[in-house]
Amino acid sequence: MMGKRQGAIMTAMERVLTTLGYQEPDRVPFFLLLTMHGARELGLGIQEYFAKAEYVVEGQLRMRRKYGHDCLNPFCYAAMEIEAFGGEVIWFEDGPPNSGEPIIKTATDIFSLQAPEVHSSPCLNRVLNIIHSLKEQARDEVPIIGTVISPFSLPVMQMGFSAYIELMYEQPELFDRLMEVNQEFCVNWANAQIQAGATAICYFDPLTSPTITAPGVHLEKGFAVARQTLARIQSPTAFHLASGRTLAVVDDIIATGSAALGVSTTEDLGEVKAACQGRMAVLGNFNGIEMRRWTPQQAEDKVREAVAKAAAGGGFILSDNHGEIPWQVSEEVLLALAEAVHTWGRYPLVDC
Amino acid sequence: MISQKKEVQTFVAKLLRTDRLGAEEIFNAVQEQGSMPQTVDQLILPALETIGQGWEKGTVALAQVYMSSRICEELMIHVPLSTALQHPGYPRMAIAVLDDYHLLGKIIVSACLRASGYAFQDYGRVTSQELACKIKNDSIEIILVSALMLRSALQIKEVKRLLVEAGSPTRIVVGGAPFRFDPLLWKEVGADAMGANAAEALSAISSCIKTM
Repeated sequence: MMGKRQGAIMTAMERVLTTLGYQEPDRVPFFLLLTMHGARELGLGIQEYFAKAEYVVEGQLRMRRKYGHDCLNPFCYAAMEIEAFGGEVIWFEDGPPNSGEPIIKTATDIFSLQAPEVHSSPCLNRVLNIIHSLKEQARDEVPIIGTVISPFSLPVMQMGFSAYIELMYEQPELFDRLMEVNQEFCVNWANAQIQAGATAICYFDPLTSPTITAPGVHLEKGFAVARQTLARIQSPTAFHLASGRTLAVVDDIIATGSAALGVSTTEDLGEVKAACQGRMAVLGNFNGIEMRRWTPQQAEDKVREAVAKAAAGGGFILSDNHGEIPWQVSEEVLLALAEAVHTWGRYPLVDC
Repeated sequence: MISQKKEVQTFVAKLLRTDRLGAEEIFNAVQEQGSMPQTVDQLILPALETIGQGWEKGTVALAQVYMSSRICEELMIHVPLSTALQHPGYPRMAIAVLDDYHLLGKIIVSACLRASGYAFQDYGRVTSQELACKIKNDSIEIILVSALMLRSALQIKEVKRLLVEAGSPTRIVVGGAPFRFDPLLWKEVGADAMGANAAEALSAISSCIKTM
């Protein structure tokens, strides 16, 4: 792990690796996890934008030039994994697409469920092409963050939230079968992204958060699945609970071997940083929903507050709390965030 | 009073452990001591309120909220209709989800409404235009709308606009993740109240009824 090069401007990759090594880089790294905003950059509709790898590549590169953030994000939309399983995707003009009717309606559907073959899936191949092109453009100067939905969380889209909760409580055999299929897919999908050029994988697992699953058998199931799955992914991983609370499960997440943790906006960033100190970096935790109505001054204040709470000593990447910036967040606010990180996030830190 | 509190606490503990039989025993014991309205007011509603508060504080998980509300709903289903609580003079109500297949919030609130003796129509998944049309056609007085995505939450502005245009006085009660993350959003979209959880939705309904 490289140390700080005093006074030198680091590449995004150097900056992120330094902070993940619990040292202070030249400034606080920040991840604007922008997906749909690329469509606006190119003057396209959201569905049209995600239909071609070259659009997303161009969108990601333009957004990074505009905001100067420290990662490239080939993630398109969560419902894509359901699309790969043969499910429906419902598009909107002003937000991410939703998954449609559940593909699992009966127990038989679970027994006959097959993991999609990654390279035979047009939508997944599109993401692999995006990653490959971004890797060619960014070489090793900017981290490319691949994304998977955890085997434990994917059933919310596969069968609906309520049916899945009941399955967890009442039908352990079906639960195990579903995890087996989803885990095979998740590992293959993550490793295909790594082979295409992704630097790391963000493992989205909101259901493992204590916000959603209770302590006890199903929470243990979530972490059992996470430990097994992450051990088979051939890259560093970040564990993201997508707005779910983290503090009570920090040690469980560290035990999965993850390098970073996405923090909920409902939690104190300083407390989570202290709980993770020197063991796992923290990523967060701007409120993406509120961000829609921030003024530039509020954006700057939020950056100063977050830096003051969590940036000392490295181990902190500034980001939103959910893993995707809503379509309704303005360019003005994003530019204000970027400017504030460059002003207030420089190491050594000034008094924020 | 102390014994009632103890019963509620024990009932909550059984619900959070998904102990259906244990919860049913307490429910039956309370019911034998009084009327069904008393059981709802003294056991079901305080229990759901406690669980809702736990969800707000982060001590109770969403899966527990869901399973608890389902158990309470099942307990009420077994009560003969002739003795089931009917809220006197309750308004015409409906519940809906805007543009979303994630129906958990609606299911939880629906279960709590049924367990609390409210009657209502379930519109399922609808667009803003469909919802405004159904509200007008059915002369709905209180509509409960659940939204998971920010864009769905913002659609409530359109529902409100269509209702105002039609001169409808229908009260709108909203709930769901976007409203929890942005506490000013419900006012912005023109809702009359927001329920951060099912118990708060019940309180919002009571408030709406008082001002109607």
